Amino acid sequence: MAHEPKGVHFERFTRLNRVLHIVMIVSFLSLALTGMTLKFSYTGWARFLARFFGGFESAGYVHRMAAVLMIITFATHVTDLVRRKNREFGSWRALIFGPDTMLFNGKDLREFTGSIKWFLGKGPRPRYGRWTYWEKFDYFAVFWGMLVIGSTGLMLWFPELFTRVMPGWFINVATIIHSDEALLAVGFIFTVHFFNTHLRPEKFPMDLVIFTGRMPLEEFKADKPGEYEELVKRGELEKHLVEAYPPIVLRGIRAFGYTALTIGLLIVLWIIYAMLFAYR
Amino acid sequence: MRPIRIIYLLAVAAALLAGGVRAQESSECLDCHEDRELTGKRNGRTISVFVDAAKLKSSIHATVDCIDCHADLAGKELPHADELQRAACGSCHDDIQALHAKSLHGQAIARNDPLAPRCQDCHGSHEVVRVKDARSPVAPLRVPFLCGKCHQEGATVQRQRTIHQDNILENFSESIHGEGLLKKGLIVAPNCASCHTAHSILKHTDPASSIARANIAKTCTQCHAEIEAVHRKVIKGELWEKESHRLPACVDCHQPHKVRKVFYDQGMADKDCMRCHSDATMKATADGRSLAVRPDDLSHSRHAKVSCSQCHSGVSLSRVRACETIVQKVDCASCHAEVGQVYQGSTHGQLTAKKDANGPTCKECHGTHTILGKTDKNSATFPTNVPRLCASCHREGEKAAKRYKGTQHDIIEHYTESTHGKGLMKSGLTVTATCTNCHTAHGVLPKKDPASSVNPKNIAGTCGRCHYGIEEKYEKSIHATLVGKTKQELPVCNDCHSAHTIRRADDVGFKLDIMTKCGRCHEKIADSYFDTYHGKVSQLGYTKTAKCYDCHGSHDILPADDPKSHLSRANVLKTCQKCHEGATRRFAGYLTHATHHDPKKYPFLFYTFWGMTSLLIGTFLVGGLHTILWFPRALQLRRERDKAERETEAAGAAGGAGPEPTDQAAVPETPKTPEAKGESDGA
Repeated sequence: MAHEPKGVHFERFTRLNRVLHIVMIVSFLSLALTGMTLKFSYTGWARFLARFFGGFESAGYVHRMAAVLMIITFATHVTDLVRRKNREFGSWRALIFGPDTMLFNGKDLREFTGSIKWFLGKGPRPRYGRWTYWEKFDYFAVFWGMLVIGSTGLMLWFPELFTRVMPGWFINVATIIHSDEALLAVGFIFTVHFFNTHLRPEKFPMDLVIFTGRMPLEEFKADKPGEYEELVKRGELEKHLVEAYPPIVLRGIRAFGYTALTIGLLIVLWIIYAMLFAYR
Repeated sequence: MRPIRIIYLLAVAAALLAGGVRAQESSECLDCHEDRELTGKRNGRTISVFVDAAKLKSSIHATVDCIDCHADLAGKELPHADELQRAACGSCHDDIQALHAKSLHGQAIARNDPLAPRCQDCHGSHEVVRVKDARSPVAPLRVPFLCGKCHQEGATVQRQRTIHQDNILENFSESIHGEGLLKKGLIVAPNCASCHTAHSILKHTDPASSIARANIAKTCTQCHAEIEAVHRKVIKGELWEKESHRLPACVDCHQPHKVRKVFYDQGMADKDCMRCHSDATMKATADGRSLAVRPDDLSHSRHAKVSCSQCHSGVSLSRVRACETIVQKVDCASCHAEVGQVYQGSTHGQLTAKKDANGPTCKECHGTHTILGKTDKNSATFPTNVPRLCASCHREGEKAAKRYKGTQHDIIEHYTESTHGKGLMKSGLTVTATCTNCHTAHGVLPKKDPASSVNPKNIAGTCGRCHYGIEEKYEKSIHATLVGKTKQELPVCNDCHSAHTIRRADDVGFKLDIMTKCGRCHEKIADSYFDTYHGKVSQLGYTKTAKCYDCHGSHDILPADDPKSHLSRANVLKTCQKCHEGATRRFAGYLTHATHHDPKKYPFLFYTFWGMTSLLIGTFLVGGLHTILWFPRALQLRRERDKAERETEAAGAAGGAGPEPTDQAAVPETPKTPEAKGESDGA
């Protein structure tokens, strides 16, 4: 029963954030599969995938539609940020420099050095708060990645339009940036992010919190003691306590999560294979 | 100076002897010109001006005075000046002179052609005799050699002027006319002048010519006067069908200069042969092969009108068994001489000449008595049957395929699947290329032979026989030897299109293959193509993105610095716009063969790539190291948690099915647990 926790759960993510993450997974996996197909077109796998997507034309179509979905996700998130700034924080200043900020601050530096010490057996596990430094890194990696890959992607989508202003070789540069930044994003998400959030032994095989938005209170206490204490101190913990989802919902969520995880890991294997044995 | 002085002295002496009287009597002229040493000047050259009095006396002009021909000397003082006008033959022979002036020879004189023949060149000068006199150079027997001086093979006229016939003298001497004249001494047999006339020789295209289409019958009927009454083969069936509006002229069947040669003994009737050979059981005594001839076979064949003895030559009419003197096998070349010659030079002919059993002779392909023309659908040489015919030896496992040591295999199967094979076999197009269209029918030679129709040197011309427009473009491209002046081997048709597996150019497989074909020589440029979007998509097996030929052109390929190239400054934008409609000049600046491996040529790409790669490696190093360090701690946490859970479960089981410890009272206490754990870890 320990893995199907009932009773008190802590709600960590809003419904919108959870939905956006799911949409992003769908979009990102589609982009990664179709994009890597082109990048590693010299492998047999690529030809298989191109056929799987119904030919390079429809693979390209999937890629562009997934990109549109990603842009919508990005826009929704930014809109949500603005809305939350108005509703919850009142000013950008409060949002950016508040205790729950996504930006790196002194606390992150302390937690980072603390973590290294803990890793090396020279100190206790830092009392992580609302956002850990690796979560913030993931967030900005994605934020930066969307801007870079998105802008270069649009250039490759509409080269005739962009070369009205830019020289033709910009398209070549955009190709390299788009493809290598994508490789970085895919590689990072499917290895480091996967480990940090899902595959590390404490969470293995998967941390469902991003899908359900909620985690058992005990787990929350162990994971984010800083945040927990803060909430208890402010007496706001009650506001975040919710019931667990029924098992049928969890089963659906797991099926989706495992599928995404598997596809991601397969892409990593494929990239490693392509880089090691077929690179040119 | 010396000869002039001599002439002068002689002239003075002659003048003194003659008493300085008029130079009117021929004898007076001869007083000086009988001297064998006498020379004069013409056009700056010293020439002999000796006149043989004896010859002059026996010539037809014996009674003509010198000044009748050398008219400009009339009344001149002797000795006369050096530069004389030509003897005026036309002053007496004015009608002939007029004809000659209009003729090709006269026209040549009028335009000062140094090779133009004048009266003397054919008739001689002082010694001129009657035409019928055997000594005359224009006597019937000597005419061919006279004309041949200029018109025989290799003569200057024949080489330097436009004469449409070749080997004239040789062909004439072997023709029935030549034979009659030169071998049988029949002076009534026609010589050159009989057909061409002596003085009004004109082109056959000139309506006034004796050999003009409209006049040729008249010319021939000078001798063959009653030919219409006896000529049975009035018309060649073929010509009658093709050009029914016109009547054939004699030369349509009887080629000029080659007029019928007879190879066979006339007078042997087929029915004499069939007396024995119609017996279906007739066998050769030597090897028992059947010698029966079915009359039907022959009468339906192309040789229906050819008599037995024409092919089976060497019969003796006087014998009861006329055929017993036949020693030679049938030699088709006795009629089909040109084809025979080509065959002799071919691999097939060479093998036969070496008595190799593998060498096919005429009958292997054409059959014997049942021979049909290649336009007959039942013929083995009819286009749709040719592949099967060649396959009988060249199919894998058959005798020719076994001998063959080259790279082409399964040629029949491949051909059948090729666009040519499909065109022929599936679409039934008899104009499609069959084996013989490329390899020729009779002059088949291996590719490496420079005379072969499929030798790289000749292949463009061979393909161009049908694909002429393509050949024209190719010959102007950088791949043609005349344009791409290089020592490297240049590609010819089959290097891109293959030999026997030729596919349509819009075939997907062909489109994808062509990139590797180009890449065989343009290795680096093909590699870099595969680094760009166009190449990557193509590599996935799709044809919509630009291939080599979409930008560079296919047969009219030229280097980009050639103004006519599809990639020249003036044309490149149009080339991009074929696919990218809204492309601008800046768009054309896209580097289609860019690679990020070349810092000199593409520094931007090189540094962008390495910048991105450093970012990638850096991120993974930091992220990876962080993860690796983290792992043991995370594992430890997991183990502790599992242990705690097991203990709780055990306690729960011991205490019965009590409620789970989710009471809120526990909440404030719990934070201490991880803290305590962390501290104990650190210690």
